[in-house]
Amino acid sequence: MVWRQARWDEKLAQEIKRSSLAPSIPYEDQFLDVNIEIPGSIARKSLPEIPSLPEIEVVRHYTRLSQMSYGVDVGPVPLGSCTMKYNPKVMDIVAMDPRVVEAHPLQDEDTVQGILEIIYTVERWLSEITGMDKCVFQPPAGSAGELAGALMIRKYHLDRGEQRDEMLIPDSAHGSNAASAAMAGFKVLRIPTDPGGEVSIEALKAAVGPRTAGIMLTNPNTLGIFESRILEISDIVHSAGGLQYYDGANLNGIIGIARPGDMGFDIVHLNLHKTFATPHGGGGPGGGVVCAKGGLVDYLPRPLIEKKGDKYYWDYRCDRCIGCIRAFYGNIVPVIRTFVYIATLGPQGLREIGEISVLNTNYFIKRLLEKQYYELPHSPEKPRKHEVVISASKIARETGVTAEDIAKALLDEGLHAPTMYFPLIVGEALMVEFTESETRENIDLYADTLNKIAERAYRNPEDVKKTPRNTSVSRLDLVRANHPRTLIPSYRAYGRNQGGFGDSSPLK
Amino acid sequence: MPHTWIPNSDPLVRDSMLRYIGRDMEDLFRDVPEAIKLRRPLRAGFGKTLSEYEVLRIVDSILSKNKIFRDPPPFIGGGVCASYTPAVVRFLALRGEVYTSYTPYQPEINQGVLQALFEYQSMVAELYGVDVVNASMYDGSTAVAEALRLAMRATRRTKILVPSTMNPFHRSVARTWIEPVGGSIEEYMVDRRGQPVVDDIASKVNDRVAGIYLENPSFLGNVIDDPGAVGEIARDRGALFIVYSEPTSLGILRPPGEYGADIVVGDGQSLGLGLNYGGPGLGILGVRMDSELLRQLPGRLVGMTVDSDGGRGYALVLQTREQHIRRERATSNITTNSSLMAIMASIYLSYMGAEGLRRLGESIFRRTSYALRSIRDRLSNYISIAIDHSLFYREIPLRFRVRDYGEIHRRLLARGIHGGLWLKDLLKGFEDCSLFCFSEVHSRRDIDTLIEALEEAIHGVEAG
Repeated sequence: MVWRQARWDEKLAQEIKRSSLAPSIPYEDQFLDVNIEIPGSIARKSLPEIPSLPEIEVVRHYTRLSQMSYGVDVGPVPLGSCTMKYNPKVMDIVAMDPRVVEAHPLQDEDTVQGILEIIYTVERWLSEITGMDKCVFQPPAGSAGELAGALMIRKYHLDRGEQRDEMLIPDSAHGSNAASAAMAGFKVLRIPTDPGGEVSIEALKAAVGPRTAGIMLTNPNTLGIFESRILEISDIVHSAGGLQYYDGANLNGIIGIARPGDMGFDIVHLNLHKTFATPHGGGGPGGGVVCAKGGLVDYLPRPLIEKKGDKYYWDYRCDRCIGCIRAFYGNIVPVIRTFVYIATLGPQGLREIGEISVLNTNYFIKRLLEKQYYELPHSPEKPRKHEVVISASKIARETGVTAEDIAKALLDEGLHAPTMYFPLIVGEALMVEFTESETRENIDLYADTLNKIAERAYRNPEDVKKTPRNTSVSRLDLVRANHPRTLIPSYRAYGRNQGGFGDSSPLK
Repeated sequence: MPHTWIPNSDPLVRDSMLRYIGRDMEDLFRDVPEAIKLRRPLRAGFGKTLSEYEVLRIVDSILSKNKIFRDPPPFIGGGVCASYTPAVVRFLALRGEVYTSYTPYQPEINQGVLQALFEYQSMVAELYGVDVVNASMYDGSTAVAEALRLAMRATRRTKILVPSTMNPFHRSVARTWIEPVGGSIEEYMVDRRGQPVVDDIASKVNDRVAGIYLENPSFLGNVIDDPGAVGEIARDRGALFIVYSEPTSLGILRPPGEYGADIVVGDGQSLGLGLNYGGPGLGILGVRMDSELLRQLPGRLVGMTVDSDGGRGYALVLQTREQHIRRERATSNITTNSSLMAIMASIYLSYMGAEGLRRLGESIFRRTSYALRSIRDRLSNYISIAIDHSLFYREIPLRFRVRDYGEIHRRLLARGIHGGLWLKDLLKGFEDCSLFCFSEVHSRRDIDTLIEALEEAIHGVEAG
């Protein structure tokens, strides 16, 4: 079977023939007798270049665009560290409930007791799942949770009169950890990974000191390896006066099996759009959660969800808190979706997520490595957890076909590529995470396809380099896309000088 | 416990996979120290697996404790208001190919997502009168915070001047984001007509000021008569001019890019996205075409390019600004953003079209004006307009001359009407005010009903 993605020659909405029709504005006629005077100096002179499409053309345009897109509903999307699991349809039903969608964030608490009860319940569940004391949903995504956590660490030390400005971050960590630490004003110290694929304890011991604010860690790490000396790491950091931050992007492989709170972490962030199956939407919205233990609860962003008697309410009291990370309470629709997800699966189902996602990873590794094209760096004998990083270095060295070429060839088979070139410590990295959602047949297919592509690389490398051919477009010119002279970031810019900014570009 | 969402939990499949890898389940977790292994079921959920129907019953029963305001829709403002989501937006947003997709790191297989985001960037850039709008921030508040950080990086200065009437939610978020990196906010005066006091701004601008921030329309709903004058001060003194605007107002009002804005910001909630109890939302962030501003822009950006056959295509561009490449030197940590909301906004915009947006803006201006006139005609003994201006968009600050607004609010609620946002703890000088919102969801009868209810509530309170 040959897979082919739709290839509509779809114009930009701005290029589709205009209509002079506009949809009726509610009750417009009832106010036509009200005069308004908008002085010429502040009035818009000409209409914006925004198309007016007949409704059916709007529907066709976006339906065709969707046919040129690829999500979990189409096939496997085993992007490592992204946890692209199935987004259960029942969760869409509650996400569209008018009692949620039409609720104004500043409505009186008495009128939103239902939403507050769900938020409170999910907060309790996530505190239990992470082993923490209290969680807040204010961060709209994971990296905002990291920023909140880093700011909490900063304020904690300031309140104790300590000047601690160094954040320790393993070289295998997600890039957002370092970016978040820098946004909170920290200097980033990189901790190397040892040959076994874990944080180098020797390097960590050498790095900690009186300026250590804390460590930001994922466990399992981005190689998919569980940091087996986590309690020792925790001791080293805490003894030096630092705090331990948990990046929950990789929780999927240990949910129900071990809890960050029991590993010595003081602050945790979670991604509802990863572990708890809320959809990614082509890049967002997500749902971030930040949780804390003990005295650090005081530092969580406000407000906190609380309950008194039968009444749920927001507690805005803030003695030590870092303030607000986002207006209102965060992305609440993903919280409602999470309620449905956890309620459906229950405790046994949650543990099943951890177990089966890990089983899927290790099954894939064995299947893939039956042929000897790819390598598994860093202690191949260690079982991986939620994800695995394989290396295509040998193929690249011997055939010139790179990890990127392999990724593009996968697209041609109707399979989404893994995360490429991450983490940076593995050459020609392909980072694969199937999650618990994928069937054994698809994992078999994926491993077999990767091996077939490798075979092709040895037989006819140029052929692999010409992929993809079956997607909506062939390989894109990213140099042109990014070059100051040819960069086109909007239709307005395109219209002014078709084909880019040319020599008049202000970006030269 | 096997579950249909976890295909390989089928015991036969699971066991054969374990046999194939030659391990048992315990062995797969042997590297997790015994001391931290959870030896009991999590206390999460309802103790067991539930059916879809059972879960929906539970959710329905809990949500029935919410009060929904339909007749009339809520009048509460504060930066976000009730608005209408057209059916095309609601249903097209559910196309699984798009909403279950990841950030388009593999552009060839996600051209649809990329083109829709490019169209969003293009249409919103048109609306704000700039060349570049990124592919989304989380919401208005974080877009403001990132805009201020952007101004600080681009000018290598640290102070931001903001109006004394700045949206208090945005101000509080902005402070959280900029203070750790040495940023600070200083207020400039706003006169009783809601206009920035230009002399005051001029006296406060110095070579530490990175940006002058203006809201137009203001948080209190009034339009700014001469926004360009603020921009001129910024330009003269090497600071950036940052303008926050409600996007639907720009079908009628002059786009900020035309009066000198270097950075534009907004909240896209009104573009058919629903209220969602505050989130998810959509943060709008754009800049004029300038190499330094573009280099310092946070977030995803989609650009147009060609494929190897010479056909048109789209891809994420300027990724070297971003965290996954630049790490601690990135312009921002933002990764997951609000793409789906941006795509919904672009569906909304292409459905409304320029003409629909113009009429929507005009109609909202008209009904805000109608509400203003009705209050002046019928309630002027008890309520005044807290800003002495004639042109408001969507929101009006009402000053109550009777005791506290809280009691009025309770009486409105008892009649099934959700009143405005009490500014008591939110805005200095406006403690006795409440911010009411009038948008396309409010009919003339809805507004009349509110006026009558206000009158009755005031008399009730007066009577004691």
